[in-house]
Amino acid sequence: MNLLQSIKMAWKSIIGTKVRSLLTMLGIIIGVSSVIVLVSVGQGTTSQITAQLEGLGTDLLTVNIMGRGNTTSLSLDEAMELGEIAGVKAVSPVISDSVTVKKGTTNDSVSIEGIVPSYEEVKDFHVQSGRFIIDLDNEFRIKAALIGTEAAQTFFGSEDPVGQTIQLNGTSFQIVGLLESKGSSLTASNDNKILIPITTAERTLRNGGIRSITVQANDSKQISTVKASVEAALDKKFQNADNSYSIFNSQDMLDTVNSTTQTLSLALGGIAGISLLVGGIGIMNIMLVSVSERTREIGIRKAIGAKRMNILLQFMVESTFLSGFGGLAGIGLGYGLSALIGHYTSLTTTVPYSIVLISFLFSLFIGIIFGVIPANQAAKLRPIHALRTE
Amino acid sequence: MPGAAVQSAAQSPLIEVRQLGHGYVMAGEMMKVLTDINFTIHYGEFVAIIGPSGSGKSTLMNMLGCLDIANEGTYRLEGVDTSKLSDNKLAKIRNEKIGFIFQSFNLLSKLTAYENVELPLIYRNIPHKERASIVEKSLRTVGLHDRMHHKPPQLSGGQQQRVAIARAIAGNPPLLLADEPTGALDSKTGIEVMEQMKQLNALGHTIILITHDLSIAEQAKRVIRIQDGRIVEDRGEAR
Repeated sequence: MNLLQSIKMAWKSIIGTKVRSLLTMLGIIIGVSSVIVLVSVGQGTTSQITAQLEGLGTDLLTVNIMGRGNTTSLSLDEAMELGEIAGVKAVSPVISDSVTVKKGTTNDSVSIEGIVPSYEEVKDFHVQSGRFIIDLDNEFRIKAALIGTEAAQTFFGSEDPVGQTIQLNGTSFQIVGLLESKGSSLTASNDNKILIPITTAERTLRNGGIRSITVQANDSKQISTVKASVEAALDKKFQNADNSYSIFNSQDMLDTVNSTTQTLSLALGGIAGISLLVGGIGIMNIMLVSVSERTREIGIRKAIGAKRMNILLQFMVESTFLSGFGGLAGIGLGYGLSALIGHYTSLTTTVPYSIVLISFLFSLFIGIIFGVIPANQAAKLRPIHALRTE
Repeated sequence: MPGAAVQSAAQSPLIEVRQLGHGYVMAGEMMKVLTDINFTIHYGEFVAIIGPSGSGKSTLMNMLGCLDIANEGTYRLEGVDTSKLSDNKLAKIRNEKIGFIFQSFNLLSKLTAYENVELPLIYRNIPHKERASIVEKSLRTVGLHDRMHHKPPQLSGGQQQRVAIARAIAGNPPLLLADEPTGALDSKTGIEVMEQMKQLNALGHTIILITHDLSIAEQAKRVIRIQDGRIVEDRGEAR
């Protein structure tokens, strides 16, 4: 008797007890589908966060100055000196604050950033109309401003904001450019802000020091050497004081996020894996019941010439079929559920093919493992005992 | 083929039983079920083994059917000593040399008549096409070829027993072993089944019939009577 015959026999017996077979498979179906759904949510979230972090630029270092003693910030010149470090392409110091902006009768609190022209390149943030801040604006402390799309909507509605004036803390600024829409980053909206020359900002915001600098390296591969050089320069400036500054690199963040989500995915997958195991035990349970129910059938088969191997194979194929079909149904359900979750919630879901394959193979494996004990029990039955059973 | 049963090896007997004995240990005491059983059965015989219940005839039937192995003595089937064979070898003998006909038919209720008859041929690895012609021929022999796609619950008792007979003869075994074949049937169908058995014997099949019913046993050519695990009478032996 070959495998094909065993498969035919197993199929007949599964079809013969449809409801029971379905209930038996349910454990595996739930196990496999929950593995797929949980991992797909985990993966989707990871890739979403990764994309956002990569959007921040992996060739960038964000330096935050906390200072030491009375020196709590850097001057503009000191900040710009960082640009002379080898491997640094551009430096973009920023002074930021939140101020009350007034246009006619409209009042709102908007975040203001004092910037230098290299901001455009470093942050990859351009104007869609008008012009960007230029060196001349900083040199003469021009009261020029760039406005984000959301802020423009608030103060000007559908009117073109370029060329109009706006009050920042009571000082009039002329809007010279409308920024392109960039959407929200991890932290805040990029579109509800106003950019002004950094020297003008020092006066308007009555804030003489720079606490945030973005340093762009020539190449993201050089980022660690550049980071070390920037650290050396800052250590010198703050005389090695602890916690006087912090340097953040989006690659570091990416690594942290990746390892966190990986752990999370593993934990979720593990929990779902346990339900797969429970499903396997369910299969074993039913197969054991099935063996004792079918003792007479086994006896008849043995009497007419079935060898141990034939009986063993028949029951093994049956349990493997149950788990395999359960696995397939679980994959279908898992795909469906993660598509639904992706559609109806804000979560992003990605079903990785590897996890589909792994969970299917695992369910087959479970069917084989948990089929061994019942199948062996059936194969060991002595024909006269089996025939005597009613 | 069922129509032309094995007639070979007329020189050596089909079955040789020598000093066969069997017992079980029960509550520390040896319960002797069979003692000093000796007989020879030749090809083409129709033998009834008769005895009251508890006489040991079912145990003897299990031994003859290679479903169990005796503690003492030898049992040769076509010259092969079965007492030291492995489980798999015994399964092969049951498959190729013995056709079983049981009191309770012992058909698989989820399979059709056709599939039931096919089963021993599957275990013998006979290819699909060849199987189909053998199964049809066997069912034709018992007159059930028009019911071959019915399942046992859809058939009457007599029909079920005929399916079982078709299954027994499908593999063309040298020995047909019938254990109370009419026991679960009414007297009319019982007579039909016995007629069937006589026909098969006329075609050359060797038949051993185990029964407690003297009227059934009398229809065989030879009767071996068992009582308390011993042969008390053996009449009508060929040669």
